[in-house]
Amino acid sequence: MTSDRAAGEAAASEQDGGRPVAPEPGTTAPGTTAPATTAPAAVTPAAGTRHARPLRSRSVPVAGVAVLIAVIAVFPLVFTNPTATNFGVITLIFVAVAAAWNIFSGFSGYLSLGHAVFYGTGAYFLVVAAKDWNLNGADVFWLLPLAGAVAALIAVPLGLVALRVRRHTFVVITIAFFFIAQLSASNLAVTGGSSGVLAPIPNWAAATFNNPFYYLAMLLAAAAVALSVLIRRSRFGLQLRAIRDDEDRAAGLGVRAMPVKLAALVLSAFITGMAGALWVYFIGQAVPQFVFDPLFDLAVVLMVFFGGLGTIAGPVLGALILEPTQLYLNLQESNSYESEILFGALFLVVILFLPRGVLPTAGEWLTAGRIRRLRGDWLAWRAGRTADRPVPPAAGNLS
Amino acid sequence: MASEIGQAIAAGILGGGVYALMAAGLTLIFGVLDIINVAQGIFVVLGAYLSYVLSVHLHLDLLLGLLITVPAMFVIGLVIYWLFIRPLRGAERTSMTLLACFAVALIIEGVLYQEFGSNYVSLNAWYTTASVHVFDFYLADIYLIGFGLAAIAFGALYLILYRTTFGRAVRATMQNQVAARLIGIDVNRVSAVTFGIGTAVTAIGGMVYGAISGGFTPNSSYDLISRLLAIVILAGMGSIGGALVTAIFMTTIEALVDIWQPDWAVVVFYLAMVIILTFRPAGLFGRRAVRAQ
Repeated sequence: MTSDRAAGEAAASEQDGGRPVAPEPGTTAPGTTAPATTAPAAVTPAAGTRHARPLRSRSVPVAGVAVLIAVIAVFPLVFTNPTATNFGVITLIFVAVAAAWNIFSGFSGYLSLGHAVFYGTGAYFLVVAAKDWNLNGADVFWLLPLAGAVAALIAVPLGLVALRVRRHTFVVITIAFFFIAQLSASNLAVTGGSSGVLAPIPNWAAATFNNPFYYLAMLLAAAAVALSVLIRRSRFGLQLRAIRDDEDRAAGLGVRAMPVKLAALVLSAFITGMAGALWVYFIGQAVPQFVFDPLFDLAVVLMVFFGGLGTIAGPVLGALILEPTQLYLNLQESNSYESEILFGALFLVVILFLPRGVLPTAGEWLTAGRIRRLRGDWLAWRAGRTADRPVPPAAGNLS
Repeated sequence: MASEIGQAIAAGILGGGVYALMAAGLTLIFGVLDIINVAQGIFVVLGAYLSYVLSVHLHLDLLLGLLITVPAMFVIGLVIYWLFIRPLRGAERTSMTLLACFAVALIIEGVLYQEFGSNYVSLNAWYTTASVHVFDFYLADIYLIGFGLAAIAFGALYLILYRTTFGRAVRATMQNQVAARLIGIDVNRVSAVTFGIGTAVTAIGGMVYGAISGGFTPNSSYDLISRLLAIVILAGMGSIGGALVTAIFMTTIEALVDIWQPDWAVVVFYLAMVIILTFRPAGLFGRRAVRAQ
């Protein structure tokens, strides 16, 4: 298990272009003064030759990210078709949610199937607050951070209860919270029961109707990803991953597990709540069965697993690929059942054949290929030297 | 009022027997395989639809139909285990198996919707409408039959687990999988058969549920699984006796709350779960969780 984990970690950090992290927190005290280990340069032979090429490069991710942002930014200007921008808004919202889910579940290893609670809380807060305070048009957007704050506030008691238990029990408790929230939304007076609450109707031009939502969703997604990067590189992120690998050992080494887990959950809930609020304003109505949809959590989990759990780029990639696919399927199929079957089948395929996600798996192949190439180079180099000199020097590091 | 309460308690206890049976399947699977079968809810609904098909198209009595649906669900469980659960290994097995079960549940749900649509159907036989007069209230026969079936199934489960070599292998695997493997138990076979047994009981549960609930759709699985999970967690995972006690207790409480607050009755399950887990993270009857190796 340990070696498995370390391999995934190495592949993951290569994907993110992140700085090296201690692959086994058990051996290196997380967050203490232990020196950063496994610097790739230490493994490769002396500089100056081809062999010194580091196993990970920063330039490709940076260029890729820049291109991706540029493409996403100009997308609604090129494709003005409302269906296309509609897909874009929903997809970007899911990018934000997937990244937020990953901040908690991906980094800490606590699988939450109850993030719809935060999503729905944000959504209901927006529609109810906008109605009560008579907000209209662009003013409604000011409610987004508040909606996030309310979701974060809800996350505190939920976390204090749920985070006391681990593994299966935690997952089941998050599912229970989800059902409590769904039931409350259907029965409380403030949420309008099963008929729901209407969101205010935005008052801008129909031709560019989707654009404000699109750019806000893009901003939110970017913020979520940036936060992921910051957390992953911080001491806080290291503590989270130490908890994921072995919570007891991490606690023994001085990680205060409960506050760390809770902080991650609250941050994650904040973004998820904002995303839910933005979504409901875009959709126009909050009804219990859509706001608290059991498929919502599964969709997000599938996106993250598909891309790569605990990585930075994984959730983004997963959401960018899977959400438009699902929206397209929903548009094509006459009933939603076929897309449900397809969705389940896709989920099984990912779990059975790409259990660690597309990105880490691809990263492993790349790394394996590079190591094979390096080894080939080295063998050729040694063969050359052996031909020159009958007595070879001591074997290099890569033997 | 008194008769209402008496009726609620009787219905709660008798109905609880069936929930206990379904929860026992869930907790057995958890104890042996260390996975949470979130597909248990849709298995129950699938069992109910199998009974429905047999009774409507073949005009088979519901009780006789069980002779077909129980083995059928056993085989379905075996196949699902073999195809989707067995291949999953490694560090993330806990979450992976749970998600795989969820995916299987989605597929079955989609197929059921395709076949039967989203209209409510119910199981009918002469004993689903007849009732007996006990003290000062009426009790539908199906509650008594359901409780009897659950009792028989529990008896069979007990005999299998405590009076056969296979049961001994199952209990050994529950205690320590590595040690069980070392003394020559074929853990893979034990796991597969356990998964099959855990799903087979849903055929009985589904038949009774379909008759008691007055109508079900594929969507009923969410309601079922959330109750079952609450029972299993509350009882402490892996404890079959605990599941029995907890299920009967919870359904009785729910039936009582239902008299005053029908909309919120289900919340009792979750609230009890949240409160008890706050003080006893291992559940009422569970052993303290051993550190994952």
